[in-house]
Amino acid sequence: MKLTRRKALALGGAAITLTVVPANFALAAPEDAMKALNDFTGGAEATEGGIELTAPEIAENGNTVPIKVSAPGAVRITVFAEKNPLPGVVVFHFGALSAESAISTRIRLAETQNVLAVAEMADGTFVKTSKTVKVTIGGCGG
Amino acid sequence: MSKDKTKPRVKVPKSVAAGEAFTVKTLINHKMESGQRKDKETGEKIPRQIINRFEANFNGTQVVAVDLEPAISSNPYFQFSMKISEAGDLNFKWTDDNGSVYETTKSIAIG
Repeated sequence: MKLTRRKALALGGAAITLTVVPANFALAAPEDAMKALNDFTGGAEATEGGIELTAPEIAENGNTVPIKVSAPGAVRITVFAEKNPLPGVVVFHFGALSAESAISTRIRLAETQNVLAVAEMADGTFVKTSKTVKVTIGGCGG
Repeated sequence: MSKDKTKPRVKVPKSVAAGEAFTVKTLINHKMESGQRKDKETGEKIPRQIINRFEANFNGTQVVAVDLEPAISSNPYFQFSMKISEAGDLNFKWTDDNGSVYETTKSIAIG
């Protein structure tokens, strides 16, 4: 086979793609996040609105991404990261003395992905919202 | 024997107005070993060891509780707001996968 410049570039490109993707861990598929969401809601539908997820548009360090979730009147809020090795991130429970159903924390994101927040309201209904967070350096490998 | 570095740090006002919301900040030093990292020499996965539960209780009543997964960053940080109508003790508890429990308590006055 004659190694044309085009072929050499294609081979080089493929090699770089393979080396860049870390083989350290398996990433979850969005279906895993959907299944986890259904487990949380017991199969009930989650509608949009009534919940806010604050997260940076671009996270420089996937090891520590600051987020805030807020859903007035919620008794529980959960967060999923679609493409992390495990989609479940956290479940917050709010008691009678909490002033607002809101909490801030820092999470790990393996790569650029959708972060999904779902709240269970006092009346048993569910609301959700999601945000895409671009991740510069992934936060799962070591 | 290594010194236990798992120290909790919390920021709670010393006194608050009854019924008025106030902010609480909590932090605990903990590696939060996710179970995803591989030992560079053996290639084996380093086993998971994380704080899996955080609770804040005021005079025995739950304010917030958190179920943590490995995707919570090292040195887990939580900030939330709460309100009280009487003086009392705000107790914080963190539970490690290995069964260790870390606690700290702050008294809050009304005034």
